[in-house]
Amino acid sequence: MLIELKSITKIYKMGVERVHALDGVDINVDEGEYVAIMGSSGSGKSTLMNMLGCLDRPTSGSYLLAGQNTSRMGAAAQSRVRNERIGFVFQSFELMPRTPAWKNVALPMMYSRHGWAGMRRKAMAALDRVGLRDRASHKPNQLSGGQKQRVAIARALINEPSILLADEPTGNLDSKTSHEILALFDELHAQGHTVLMVTHEADVAAHARRVVRMRDGKVASDLPVEEDEVAELIPARSGALQPAGGTPGDMGGDA
Amino acid sequence: MIALLTFPFRAVRFVVVSFLLAVGQIWANKTRSVLATLGIVIGIASVTAVIAALTGLKAKVLSDFESFGTNKMFIFPDMPSEGPKKDADWSVIRLSPGQFQGMLEHTPSVDSFTRMAENNTSMTHGEVTLDSASLKGIDPSWHEIEGRYVTQGRPFSVVDDYNARPVCLITEKTRDELRLPRNPVGESVYMLNRRFEIIGVVDPPRDLGGMFGGGGVASEVFVPFQTLWDATDPFMYVIANARSPEVADEARAEIRFFLRQSRDLSPDEPDTFGIEVLSAYLDQFNALAAGVTAVAGGIVSVSLLVGGIGIMNIMLVSVSERTREIGLRKAVGARPAAILLQFLVEAVTLCSLGGLLGILGGQGMTVLLQKIPNAQLDQAYIPVWAVVLSLAFSGTVGVTFGLFPAIKAARLNPIEALRHE
Repeated sequence: MLIELKSITKIYKMGVERVHALDGVDINVDEGEYVAIMGSSGSGKSTLMNMLGCLDRPTSGSYLLAGQNTSRMGAAAQSRVRNERIGFVFQSFELMPRTPAWKNVALPMMYSRHGWAGMRRKAMAALDRVGLRDRASHKPNQLSGGQKQRVAIARALINEPSILLADEPTGNLDSKTSHEILALFDELHAQGHTVLMVTHEADVAAHARRVVRMRDGKVASDLPVEEDEVAELIPARSGALQPAGGTPGDMGGDA
Repeated sequence: MIALLTFPFRAVRFVVVSFLLAVGQIWANKTRSVLATLGIVIGIASVTAVIAALTGLKAKVLSDFESFGTNKMFIFPDMPSEGPKKDADWSVIRLSPGQFQGMLEHTPSVDSFTRMAENNTSMTHGEVTLDSASLKGIDPSWHEIEGRYVTQGRPFSVVDDYNARPVCLITEKTRDELRLPRNPVGESVYMLNRRFEIIGVVDPPRDLGGMFGGGGVASEVFVPFQTLWDATDPFMYVIANARSPEVADEARAEIRFFLRQSRDLSPDEPDTFGIEVLSAYLDQFNALAAGVTAVAGGIVSVSLLVGGIGIMNIMLVSVSERTREIGLRKAVGARPAAILLQFLVEAVTLCSLGGLLGILGGQGMTVLLQKIPNAQLDQAYIPVWAVVLSLAFSGTVGVTFGLFPAIKAARLNPIEALRHE
């Protein structure tokens, strides 16, 4: 099991009031899964996301990431977990301005304990995976929204993390570009990456294989995508999850 | 384990990268950075200029002293403020030639000495009269002690002195003012109510610059000490030369011991004479220079404090401007220490840049100082230690005032930082 959340609670104190942002959450995620986390604002999905990304510590409960209990780690150890195990993709890309694409991609390597050898080469390889090798020296203001998000995805991939954690990755993109980015996530999933994606859009969630719905800090439902209400929005799939042999009209994938 | 072993290496590399990042940041905000460092630039520029001026002045004074003779001691009568000779008659207190008879045999640290008598006189040669010439009675050893030798004719002999003969030495200036021939040896001048034969010409006095009232050099005429002593009953003092600056104190003690005996002072009586060692003045000057440096340093530390606050301010602005970037860096795995280091290095780089600009400014001011006429600052320069100290100081200011903003950055919560607008 890659991710084991055991009765996670997170309580914020707002004055005298205690807000249960997460209230006994149990979720297990296997390697290679593609999970969408849905919920309205205030449902606790962002807190859950921060928890999964080791950006926050639970008030109680434990979070095992690849067998490591991260919920009681110090700040430095958490940083290392984020650096080595987690690739973040944000809604607003979070690229450093005035910095060429490849350097943005290489940023997590800067904080890696495995040295900086081949930084540029690895950054170029990551850019290649998102189809932006020829934009390596472009600065963010010379890139379109979709290209920026691809750079961000390349950055998330560079340290070969265990999980890709995407927070509304298409929230700032038009529908055509959103499609391309989601296709890229599909592709990465097909290549074996574990993807967790927070979204409130049903058609985005329909790309996942499993949908976790949050309500009032609790898991309201946790179903395979086919059994969730987004099932009707499931797009035509590339090879990986289809019966062996695939279907005509693949979206590219790793054929 | 390997990670632990390579830690120092990685830390150094990280500092280098932080430095490059900082340079990029500073370059991207050129105007702002320069304005922020202005306090430090001005502080460092003024202190380096002050140090340069003092260094130049010191070099000047030192070279003056060296040409004057650092081994030199002056012995003069001095009325005691207590004891039996308090308010004694001048005839008791004054030095007399006989008191120095055989002194060198008792003062092994003293190389030589000359009795000196000084007076002013008018001199006449033919139709020309010089109203005021500086008249000095000297011993032959005077030439050696003062480094002023006889260029034409001969120096005084022991016989000249013993017989108080009316012979004199003059300088070229005196010769020209009296319209004597180019070689005045054998000519005669009239002064002190008698005729004196000119037996030689002496080197002009060393140029001592402005420190000792150089510029207007008097017309000088020299006669044997005994001649002047007999003729005018003048004020007498003695110049002695120690064998080296190191034995100056011994020489002084020996002279004092000898003089107390030759002047019949009882053991509990205070000295009736003074001995001044020139190097003591040098010590005084050094102390003065150190004092001025300390005062300048104090003033500068105030301006560095103000400059440091400017740096802190701009670093706080930088941290709040880059909150999202900090959040991102933390999200992708930057440890708090890495963020702290990055901002600390940026502050230190900014301050060192200010220090560097300050040193350049100080150099510019030094060049201007050198050009001030008659200010004796033509030897002014910024010594290496001042450059090193300035950079170290500005670096320290960077660490001191960069620490608070850097800690602030390091402590940012990544979640909130990423949400920051």
